[in-house]
Amino acid sequence: MRTKSTRWIPTLILLLGAVYCLVPIIWVVMASTKSGQELFTTFTFAPGSGFLDNLAELSSYRDGVYWRWMLNSALYAGFGALLSAALSGVTGYALAKYRFRGRNALFSILLAGVLMPPITLAIPQYLLMAEAGLADSYWSVLLPSILSPYGIYLARIYAAAAIPDEVVEAARVDGAREFRLFRSVALPMMVPGLVTVFLFQFVAIWNNFLLPYIMLGDDSKFPVTVGLYSLLQQGANAPALYTLVITGALLSIVPLIALFLGLQRYWRIDLLSGAVKS
Amino acid sequence: MAPPQPRPTRRLAPYAFLAPATLLFSLFFALPIGYAIYLSFRAVRVKGLGLGSGARTEVWAGLGNYTSALSDPELLGGAGRTLVYGALLVPAMLGAALFFALLLDTPAIRFGAFSRLAIFLPYAVPGIVASLLWGFLYLPTVSPGYFLLTKAGMAGPDLLSGNGLYVALANIAVWGGTGFNMIVIYTSLRSIPVELYEAARLDGCSELQIALKIKIPMVLPSLVLTFFFSMIATLQVFSEPMTLKPMTNALSSTWSPLMKVYRDAFVQGDIYSAAATSVVIAVATLILSFGFLKLVNKRTDGGS
Repeated sequence: MRTKSTRWIPTLILLLGAVYCLVPIIWVVMASTKSGQELFTTFTFAPGSGFLDNLAELSSYRDGVYWRWMLNSALYAGFGALLSAALSGVTGYALAKYRFRGRNALFSILLAGVLMPPITLAIPQYLLMAEAGLADSYWSVLLPSILSPYGIYLARIYAAAAIPDEVVEAARVDGAREFRLFRSVALPMMVPGLVTVFLFQFVAIWNNFLLPYIMLGDDSKFPVTVGLYSLLQQGANAPALYTLVITGALLSIVPLIALFLGLQRYWRIDLLSGAVKS
Repeated sequence: MAPPQPRPTRRLAPYAFLAPATLLFSLFFALPIGYAIYLSFRAVRVKGLGLGSGARTEVWAGLGNYTSALSDPELLGGAGRTLVYGALLVPAMLGAALFFALLLDTPAIRFGAFSRLAIFLPYAVPGIVASLLWGFLYLPTVSPGYFLLTKAGMAGPDLLSGNGLYVALANIAVWGGTGFNMIVIYTSLRSIPVELYEAARLDGCSELQIALKIKIPMVLPSLVLTFFFSMIATLQVFSEPMTLKPMTNALSSTWSPLMKVYRDAFVQGDIYSAAATSVVIAVATLILSFGFLKLVNKRTDGGS
């Protein structure tokens, strides 16, 4: 018989974990309401009086370059994740549902991409992009983000489990061509898996720092991560910029947290452990 | 019975489906890797004063870049720091992830959905922003922790210098990664058939014994997977120390191996030695990864 006193211990420990995870977020919400002086003088979790001023100041900083960064992040992550999900879908489907020469070799080579340290790729990618005249362009960040070994891996597992071979065979017997078969039979069945790929890639591209940091020089093309970093570097010498950095940091996580909470039921993390249930 | 010979379109279809991925892989993975290897064997020779066209020529450097990379104390120092950082981070993060996952899986838990969501939430926060937030929380002038400690008459620890820095950096990654790993482990816990627990309870096992003797062995594959990915992410640590750098003098621009490669290539403009160093890091990563996978496979083969 377990007593009542021991039963709430797991709950309490979990709540402590939740508090640990929420503290920096609550802190940034509070700090963004403080004016420059209040930031260093009032208790950090007490709200301040300057949120609207901070917002106005951030919006007017260098003609609103901050909002430009947010828009850039949305473009890189939105298009990148969409193309990535499409590419992962077609590649994963082919790897899961066809038997052909070189299948396993190709899959292993694609997966080895995960192991490559990003810097090993980023330097020569930058030099090659510069050769092609594409360095410091939107393409230089978008194009390398499309191929996701992880996305292909997930799509392959998902296709193998979600598309029964009998359905594929039946469609062939009915005379469907291979591409039509993929588009109208396989693709609809893969949608939940591809939504997961889209979400993971969206977060990965939105959060990416190294690639755009290396590729881009012109700050009007920066995503918000690189923009905030450049702001922080200037802020180190000018503490007045701290409030801008803090307000910017808060606003930059709002879209992702909204995406994350709004699409909670579409996060199929079980795919990651390979524990797919049909 | 031999399968009927498929139609030609069906034989060619997979190659057509794989063409875009193969093309992108060649352009953005294979070609850059090949180019990096090529560059790593090259160097620039400066003639005379290095002025005018033709004064700087690219020449074959043999293994020169590699010998200087491997004997570079900064790179070895960076590798050592990364190792210490990983030794703090990986056990703490995966231990917490496993612990929280097991707690979430206990019967009669309250606020489970809330805690799960809250602990996963940092996954949505970019590494740059996470480091920035924690950086401010480490600064004695704005941190609530220091505020409370000062009120209590104590001095806070210095997290932005010396050994405190390892804790500070590891904490950022623990904060960002625990929830994700927790969900991976929790999902595989949920797929264990409940009959196993019922049988164990009938045999008189406590919840703790069930956790130790059934649950943990059953989620071992997930732990191996999360360990593998955490190990790789550790070797590639870059944005967290880069973000904390403006806040403290204790972080050098070569703190982690990737930071050193970045500095060599883009601050000092020596892409050749940067290429050699990044090839060394890539090879070390591959050796560690395959070594680890081999070890795991051996263990699981022997066990079954």
